[in-house]
Amino acid sequence: MTVTAERAGGRGHPRPAKSAHRQGSSRPTRDSYALFLLPGALAFLAVIVVPFLMNTGVSFTDWRGVGTPEWSGLANYRELMDDAEFWASFRHSLFMVVAMAAVPTALGLVLAAALFDYVGKHFGSRWAAVLRACFYLPQVLPIAVAGIVWSWILAPDNGSLNELLKAVGLGSWQQDWLGDPDIALYSVMGVMVWVQLGFPLVVFMAGLQRVDPQLHEAAELDGAGWWRRFRHITLAQIRPEIYVVLTWCTIAALKVFGAVYVLTKGGPGGATDVPSYFSFTTFFEKTQVGYGAAVSTVLTVIILAVSLIGLKFQTRAEDAEEGVRA
Amino acid sequence: MRTALRRYPVLVALVLAALFMVVPFVIVAVNAVKSPAEYSANGPLSLPEGLYLDGVKDFWERVDFGQKLVNSVLISGSVAVLAVALSVLNAYAIGIGRIRGRTWVLAFFVLANTLPQEALVYPVYYLSKEAGLYDTRLSVIIVFTVIQAAFGTYLLASVLGQFPREILEAARIDGANKWQVLWRIVVPVSRPTLGVLLVFFFIWTWNEFLLPLVMLISNDNQTVSVALGVLQGQRLMDATMTNSAALLGVLPALVFFLVFQRTLTRGIAVGAVK
Repeated sequence: MTVTAERAGGRGHPRPAKSAHRQGSSRPTRDSYALFLLPGALAFLAVIVVPFLMNTGVSFTDWRGVGTPEWSGLANYRELMDDAEFWASFRHSLFMVVAMAAVPTALGLVLAAALFDYVGKHFGSRWAAVLRACFYLPQVLPIAVAGIVWSWILAPDNGSLNELLKAVGLGSWQQDWLGDPDIALYSVMGVMVWVQLGFPLVVFMAGLQRVDPQLHEAAELDGAGWWRRFRHITLAQIRPEIYVVLTWCTIAALKVFGAVYVLTKGGPGGATDVPSYFSFTTFFEKTQVGYGAAVSTVLTVIILAVSLIGLKFQTRAEDAEEGVRA
Repeated sequence: MRTALRRYPVLVALVLAALFMVVPFVIVAVNAVKSPAEYSANGPLSLPEGLYLDGVKDFWERVDFGQKLVNSVLISGSVAVLAVALSVLNAYAIGIGRIRGRTWVLAFFVLANTLPQEALVYPVYYLSKEAGLYDTRLSVIIVFTVIQAAFGTYLLASVLGQFPREILEAARIDGANKWQVLWRIVVPVSRPTLGVLLVFFFIWTWNEFLLPLVMLISNDNQTVSVALGVLQGQRLMDATMTNSAALLGVLPALVFFLVFQRTLTRGIAVGAVK
């Protein structure tokens, strides 16, 4: 504990010192605004900075949640490298990225363009709004509740999906959707597509309103078909939105926890384990706090890397777009 | 005419896809009002023969659902108000005050926003135990106020950065100090954005799972999400109970959705690309 306490203190010190300096500086009117930041700074220190540094510190120790953590250097990280469960959980993360970022973005683009171009223009914006609302609905649902709904639909006995398959004469396709280690991960992926789809759709539909309709009209006069207009105008124009959505959804996919907890508890036999669930069980069931902290630290590093890369693409796309407009 | 004919398949396909999104809700609603006997006789796909509400009522009483609703409303409501207040203060300093080093301060909030809760959960659990706040609703309120304010600060700072300077100057010439400018001018003018944030923070906090699951262990403090998630995780529910649980979980979300639909769909666009 001493390690983290010192760190926290070290981090806390420069702030008051700096603001004192600010007030004495030559432009007091501007810098006394720093006072407004004080409650926020203190709250963030207590809830984010200190716990985060503690977690990072603990990841270099052997600690079971009681007593004094024992410094163990990189031992936890070395152990991770040989831990098949750890690698499996990150491999499953990649599947989640496909289900929560790649597929919803691609589907969302097509659906948004179809809703905006066809339905919005030919049937009125009311139709488009109602359909959009249907797609967005799962997004407001607590993930725990979505999990309950789907685990019941996908249940092996009497589950709606299996009953439906039987009713249409495809009884041989029935599966234990969440209980079969070969299928469970794909079932969870399917649920996550359903959960996630509304977010890209709504963002893209908003983005499409920025696109100058004249571009489409001009291209249509030049004889460009829908697909070509979609590729060369729609995609090019809402590129910033695409990067934002991909970044946010990838981060959400790396963080996915509730769905796995409720649907499968990482099972069967670890077939759907993901890093956040893996760290959760390591923390609170195995109480290997140091090891769990190492898992979550690796996850944090990956997420920060993804956000930085996403931010870079996003600013580049926005700059490029402004360049075109200017 | 030919284009009109070509349009309909697209509409039909979209309507079918939208139905697919909504069907799970319908199935849940249909099965929650079936009696266990009817369910086991006819399966999940039949229409209900009558309105059987005892299942929902039993479930409500068994999990003390009213208390869970109160907890969720209390936690989400407090977080929404406090997080908006904190975001406004932060964003005022960054966006309007233009304090020195604001780029770094802002970068810090962005990072805090993307940080996975897994990297905070154990220390937060440990520290709250040390502080005697473990298993209290207050602990969850404090933690989520800060987490939501990270996003709020990021969004509001860019909104306030474009606040019309003339208004601020005019107020200052009239002798308003910084607090008065904030409360009498900046907050009222930004009310639409603050409203969007309020709604988002409320719903996000309502839906949160990991931290409340860890922090709230006693039945009296649990939120709707945690209570239902834990029940499901225990695999003790029969079909009728599961459907009652799902229905009771879906209903509040549906209410928020219908009430805030406009705010939600517009707000996301605002949040994504400022």
